[in-house]
Amino acid sequence: MIRPSVKGQRLVALFLLGLLLLNYPLLNLFANTNHILGIPLLYAYVFAVWALLIGLMALVVERRKD
Amino acid sequence: MLTAPVIVIASFAYVGLLFAIAYYGDKRADEGRSIIANPYIYALSLAVYCTSWTFYGSVGRAATSGIGFLPIYLGPTLMAALWWYVMLRVIRISKQNRITSIADFIASRYGKSQTLGGLVTVIAVVGIIPYIALQLKAISNTFFIVLQYPEIAMPDKHAAPLFLGDNTFYIAMLLAAFTILFGTRHLDATERHEGLVAAIAFESMVKLLAFIAVGLFVTFGLYNGFGDIFERAGKVAQLSGLLTLGGEGGSYAAWASLMFLSMAAIMFLPRQFQLTVVENVDERHLNKAIWLFPLYLFAINIFVLPIAFGGLLRFPGGSVDADTFVLTLPIAEQRPWLALFAFIGGLSAATGMVIVETIALSTMVCNDLVMPVLLRMKALRLTERRDLSGLLLAIRRGAIVLILVLGYLYFYLAGEAYALVAIGLISFSAVAQFAPAIIGGIFWRGGTRTGAVCGLAAGFGVWIYTLLLPSFAKSGWLPITFLSHGLLGAELLRPQQLFGLDGLDPISHCLFWSMLANIGCYVGVSLIKGPGAAEHGQATIFVDALKHSAAAPGSRFWRGSASVNDLQLLVGRFLGPERARDAFAAYARTRGAKSIEALAGDADLVHYAESLLAGAIGSASARVMVASAVEEEPLGLDEVINIIDEASQVLAYSRQLELKSRELEAATNELRGANQRLQELDRLKDDFISTVTHELRTPLTSIRAFSEILNDNPRLDDAQRAKFLGIIIKESERLTRLINQVLDLAKIESGNAEWHTSEIDLREVVEDSITAVSQLLKEGNIEIEMNLPPQAPAILADRDRLLQVMLNLLSNAAKFCDQPGGRIAVSLAQHGHYLRVDVSDNGAGISEADQAIIFEKFRQAGDTLTQKPKGSGLGLAISRQIISHFGGRLWVRSNPGEGATFSFTVPAQPGSAAWTAEADWSPATVVGPRAP
Repeated sequence: MIRPSVKGQRLVALFLLGLLLLNYPLLNLFANTNHILGIPLLYAYVFAVWALLIGLMALVVERRKD
Repeated sequence: MLTAPVIVIASFAYVGLLFAIAYYGDKRADEGRSIIANPYIYALSLAVYCTSWTFYGSVGRAATSGIGFLPIYLGPTLMAALWWYVMLRVIRISKQNRITSIADFIASRYGKSQTLGGLVTVIAVVGIIPYIALQLKAISNTFFIVLQYPEIAMPDKHAAPLFLGDNTFYIAMLLAAFTILFGTRHLDATERHEGLVAAIAFESMVKLLAFIAVGLFVTFGLYNGFGDIFERAGKVAQLSGLLTLGGEGGSYAAWASLMFLSMAAIMFLPRQFQLTVVENVDERHLNKAIWLFPLYLFAINIFVLPIAFGGLLRFPGGSVDADTFVLTLPIAEQRPWLALFAFIGGLSAATGMVIVETIALSTMVCNDLVMPVLLRMKALRLTERRDLSGLLLAIRRGAIVLILVLGYLYFYLAGEAYALVAIGLISFSAVAQFAPAIIGGIFWRGGTRTGAVCGLAAGFGVWIYTLLLPSFAKSGWLPITFLSHGLLGAELLRPQQLFGLDGLDPISHCLFWSMLANIGCYVGVSLIKGPGAAEHGQATIFVDALKHSAAAPGSRFWRGSASVNDLQLLVGRFLGPERARDAFAAYARTRGAKSIEALAGDADLVHYAESLLAGAIGSASARVMVASAVEEEPLGLDEVINIIDEASQVLAYSRQLELKSRELEAATNELRGANQRLQELDRLKDDFISTVTHELRTPLTSIRAFSEILNDNPRLDDAQRAKFLGIIIKESERLTRLINQVLDLAKIESGNAEWHTSEIDLREVVEDSITAVSQLLKEGNIEIEMNLPPQAPAILADRDRLLQVMLNLLSNAAKFCDQPGGRIAVSLAQHGHYLRVDVSDNGAGISEADQAIIFEKFRQAGDTLTQKPKGSGLGLAISRQIISHFGGRLWVRSNPGEGATFSFTVPAQPGSAAWTAEADWSPATVVGPRAP
C-alpha cells in the first residue's frame, strides 16, 4: 500500500542529503589528519553521518502519521 | 586443539543446524504458520548481501585504502531510502505478474521476450562466477589457516592440481550438494523457499555476532579502545596515509564508482532480488527493512578499521594477508574458540551467499535459458510430455553443479591475482549492466526490447573487455601485452585505458565505458523505433503498476479461445495434477464459479494459467506452452490501441447513455399521456358512431314502417295515404338533414370544410335570417323584436355559414319559446373589437347543467327519453364550430323560467376601427372546438 507520499519524498530528500554529505567535495573538507576523541576526523565524520542518516530514515518510516 | 576433524565436524554441524532451521521453516510454512512473516526476519535475510567479502575482504581492503572499503555499504544505505519508490514498484509488479527472477522481470517487461531472458541469464551467470570464486577462495584459505593453529601460515600460491587433487574442488562440490538440498527438493509455482529465508536470517545473525566478537576482542582486548588503535597507527609512517582519503587512500572517483556500483548491486544481484522481491511475504515489511538493513550494515562495519589497523600493527611487513586478519588475530593471540567462531562466521557468510545466489541463478538458467531452447526443439516433442517437473528439477540441479564448477575454475585460473574485494567488484560491475534496462523499464514506457537487448549486449561486451579478460591476463592466462599494449597492439584499445582514458582505476574505468555503451544503446535504439504492441501493453502494466492494486478482470491484451480442461492439463504437467486442480478450484471460487467446469476459457483464465506456469518455468516459456494449448490470434498495435481507446470511449458513452436514458424516460411519459388521450378519443369516436347510427336509424325506421303500411294496405283511403306519405317525406327530409349535418360537422372538425370567406355585412345576414324564418314565426305566432344598429363594420366570414348559425339559433328560439305568446329578441351591437349578436327567447330557460350539454353533439336540453327530440342535436355543435372558426365565441346565458339568450361574437375586420391581434384570422389554423 502506498501511504502518503510525504514519507517517500522525505526519504528521497535523505537520499540526496546522503549523496551530498558522503561525496566529494564535502567529504574532502574532513579529509585531513585531525582527530576527534582520538578518532581520525574522516572516520568520525563518515560514521556519524551514516548513523544520522539511518536514524533519520528510521524516524521517517516509523513515525505515525502526524 | 583445532584439529582437522574438529573443524570439519564443527562445519558440518553448523550446516546441519542451518538445514534443521530450513526444514522447520518449510514445515511451518506448509502448515500455514509461517515463521518468517515478520519484518525483522525479512530485514535480516537481506543481509545475505554481506558475504566473505564483508567478513574478510573489507578488512583486507581497509588495510590498503583506509576508509575506501566503506562505499560498498554506504551505497545500499542510500539506495534503501529510494526503496520506497523503486523497490515497492518492483515488488508489486513482480507479485502481479508472478515474476520469480531478474531475468523474468526484464523479459516480462519487454514483451515477454525469450531472447532478453536468455541474455540476462548469461550475463548474470558469467558475472556472478567471479563472486562465487571469491567465496570458494575465502573458505578454502581460511580452512587452511585455521588448520595451522596455533601457527600462522598463509596458503601457497596455488600449487594444487586442478579438480580432484584440490581441496577447493571438494568444497565446491559440497556446496553444490548443500544448495541442491536446500533449494531443489520440489518445484514451487511462486519459487518461494520459506525455510531458506529462515536459515539465511539465522546465518546473518551468526556472522554479525562472530565479527563483532572479533572486533570487540581486538579493540578492547588487544588495545584500549578505538582511540588507542588509531593513535598508534597514526604514529607508524606508512599507515598514517590510510587515515584519510585522496592519494594513497583511494581517489574520490573510486569512492563514487563504488557507491554507484553497490547501489546497483543491492537491487540487481540475483540473490538480493530473490530475497527482497520473490521471498517477500508482505509489502509492509519493506518499510522496516528500509532502515533495519542499513543498521545491520552499520553494525557489521564498525570494527573493520580497528581490526585492520590491529592487524597491520600486529603483523607488520605484509607477511600475513590482510584478508585474513579476522581469523589470524585470534589465532595469533591463542584464542581457539574465538578463532573457531570466526571461522564459522566466515563459513556462514560464504555458504549463505553461494546457496542463495546459485539457487537464483539455476532458476534463471532453467526457466530462461534451457527450457525455451528445449521447447523450441520440435524433435524432443516436449509439449507432448505428460510430466515435466522431473525434467525441470534435473535441469536446475545440473545448473547448480555447473555454476559451482565454473566458480571453481575461475578461482583456479584467476583467483590468485586479486584480493577478495577486487574480485567481488568485477561481479558488481557486471550486475550493474541490468540497471538501465530495469530502471528504464519501470519508469519509462518508451523502453523497447531491441533497445534493452542492445544496451545489455553492449554493456556486457565492454565489461568483458575491460574487466573480465584483464583478470585472466593478470593471472597469466592471457598475454600481459593485452593489458599493456591493447588488442592486437592497438594502443587505443588497451582494455583498462580505453580510447586513451587514463587516470581512472579499473573499476571506475569499466563503469564509465560500460554505462556509456549500455545507456547509449538502450535509449538510442528505443527511440529509433518505438515499442511494439505487446511491449506497449507490458510497459503500461509495469509503469502504471502502482495505479492499479490489481489488474481488473477483462483487461488483458489477449484474444483467443481455450478450453479450461486443456489449460488444467497443461498446468498439471508442470506442477503436478493435484496442485493444478487445487489452483484452478481456488481460482473458480474467487470468480464465483460453482466448479472448475463452470469456468469460462477467457483471457483471465489463460493469464492465470500462464502465471502459474511462469512460477515453474519462467514467463517466456510459459507463454510458449500456453500458446501451444490455446489458439491465439496475435494482436496488432492498432488493436491494442483500439482496446485502450475503447476503454476511454466507454467512459464517454456511459455518460451519453445516462443522458439518453433520462430523455427516454421523459419520452415514455409523454407517450403514456398521448396513449391515454388516444384511448379517450377512441371512446369518443365509438360513442359518436353509435349515437349517429342510432339517430339515423330512428327516421329510417319511421320511413320503413310507413312505407310498409302503404305497401301492405293498397286500399287505404287517400287522406290517410297522403298523411302517411307526408310523414315519409318529412322523415326523409329529416334524415337528409341529419346526414348533411353530420357530414358538415365532420368536415368542419377535420378541417376539410370549404369556406368561402368574403366581406359581409352582419346586419344584412341577420335580417336575411329573420326573413327566412318569418314563415315559421308566423305559424307559431311568435313575435320578433329586432335591435340592429344603422351601421356595422364589415367582417370577413362565410356568408352561408353565418346564415346557418343564425337560422340555427332562431329556430331553436322558436322551438323553445313560450307557447303561445312567444317572443324572440335579436340584437346586434359592437363591443370593442367584436360584433355581437344576441338571440333571446322567453321560453322555459335552460338549467345550468343543460347549458354545458347542449353544445355537445347529439345532445339536447331535456330528457330525450320522455320528450320527442326536436331536431338532431347537432345544430349548436355545428354553430359553435363555425363561430370558432371565425375566431369568435358562442355561448348561452339563461336562468330557468326566464328564457335563454344565445350570443355569439365575431371579430371585426382587420383594418377597421379596432382589430385585436389575439384573434388568429387565418381560417386554416383553427382546429377543434374551443372551450369558452
